[in-house]
Amino acid sequence: MAQKTIANVTVSINEEGYLENMSEWTKELGSELAKEEGIDITDKHFEVIDFIRNKVEKGETLTIRAVGKSGIVNIKEFYQLFPGAPLKKATKISGVPKPTSCI
Amino acid sequence: MKKLLVLGAGTAGTMMVNKFRKALSIDEWEITIVDKHRTHYYQPGFLFIPFGTYKKEDVIKPKTDFIPVGVNYILSDVDKIESENNKVLLKGGKILIYDYLIIATGTQTCPEETPGMTGELWQKNVFDFYTIDGAVKLHNFLKTWEGGKLVMSITEVPYKCPVAPIEFVCLAEAYFTKKGIRDKVDITYVTPMSGVFTKPKATKMLGDLFVDKNINVITDFYTEKIDNENKKLISYDGKEIDFDLLTVVPTNMGDEMIARSGLGDELNFVPVNKETLQHEKHKNIFVLGDASNIPTSKAGSVAHFSADILFENFMSAIENRPLLSKFDGHANCYIETGYGKGSLIDFNYDTEPLPGMFPLPGIGPFGLLKDTKINHYGKLLFRWIYWHILLKGKEMPIESHMTMAGKEK
Repeated sequence: MAQKTIANVTVSINEEGYLENMSEWTKELGSELAKEEGIDITDKHFEVIDFIRNKVEKGETLTIRAVGKSGIVNIKEFYQLFPGAPLKKATKISGVPKPTSCI
Repeated sequence: MKKLLVLGAGTAGTMMVNKFRKALSIDEWEITIVDKHRTHYYQPGFLFIPFGTYKKEDVIKPKTDFIPVGVNYILSDVDKIESENNKVLLKGGKILIYDYLIIATGTQTCPEETPGMTGELWQKNVFDFYTIDGAVKLHNFLKTWEGGKLVMSITEVPYKCPVAPIEFVCLAEAYFTKKGIRDKVDITYVTPMSGVFTKPKATKMLGDLFVDKNINVITDFYTEKIDNENKKLISYDGKEIDFDLLTVVPTNMGDEMIARSGLGDELNFVPVNKETLQHEKHKNIFVLGDASNIPTSKAGSVAHFSADILFENFMSAIENRPLLSKFDGHANCYIETGYGKGSLIDFNYDTEPLPGMFPLPGIGPFGLLKDTKINHYGKLLFRWIYWHILLKGKEMPIESHMTMAGKEK
């Protein structure tokens, strides 16, 4: 397990750069992780991040479709906020594990 | 008299009533199964219909052939489940009361979820092969098709039988080669996932196979819509793929009745304990097969392995014993790769598909993540096993829990 210092705190990350422990996440950390992905974080990003962290805390599965039905963003807007691979980027910035496909 | 009610007489529900009718006393338990369709489809056979290997008659039988004596079979649509009152309302007004309920209403394809999918090209240049109708129409199309861009696209995850689109492009590649038009067909496999398969070793093996067969792969493509006029598949982030023939796995969703009953997630799959298969809130409800949200493949093999677990836990539940049987997410899938060969994968929640040999008394061993003739025969033989052994809930020489025997780490 690797250690990394971001926003003046040292956290554990896995080989793909995802936080090992979602409780180590802070908003400042989220902003820094977003920068690493080339994203300037906004309040809208944080609304999506809150939704994602809530879902994961409840142990629910996370899908692009679920984010699109969250009432915060639709799928197109989700892509605009986190370009390319929105779910992979958004989960990384949210400090939660990378979602695994079930198959 | 206690009442066990099963919703759905597909692979999962049919296996369950066969097992329970043998185990539960006919003097104490009334068993009822409800389904809106008369015909039982051997769904793994749909894959062979576009290429003319199987015909419609090869994959259908009446559902009643597999419902044992002593089980009430009701042909009806379900309006909704009232889980607070232990009641199921049927369309038309009939009410069924239950002590225990097993939901086995499966998953279905919903092409109308994607704008343009059921547009003017639907079943003209855009086909699915997850319905008998789609598979037969695709067969008719292929008979006279002279070539062009074939795009196989997966719309949404999860979907039924994750290996089917992989098998489809492999079989298509062999079919066009045999027809002498392979050089006129450009085959592209499009997936919202990050690889041909999700787990590393299977993705590597299948990715290499696609390279050998000259099948292009486009990953991380999440379909927004289909442009019928310009024959383009368009993603949410504006990527476009041209096609002449588009075969799709439409969005899969659980039965609408699940949504009406307030029991589903955003895709109408029922959240359930992934080990015990019991509903977290309503302890007298169990969910089996594709209808649940358990994080493994939506496949007949999963329904089959988890049926044994559900059976054990149900027998414990009715005697107020703790539910000790835990499902491990075991799935086992043959993968047709064309030219009379096939591969096999065997995995669970924690163990990805690994290479090696799969021991099966009397028939095997089969090669895991290997491209062999015997695996193909295994797949063909399975149709007979399905109709005669599996649906009837008889013992099979294969463990419910995944075993590491023969696997190479």
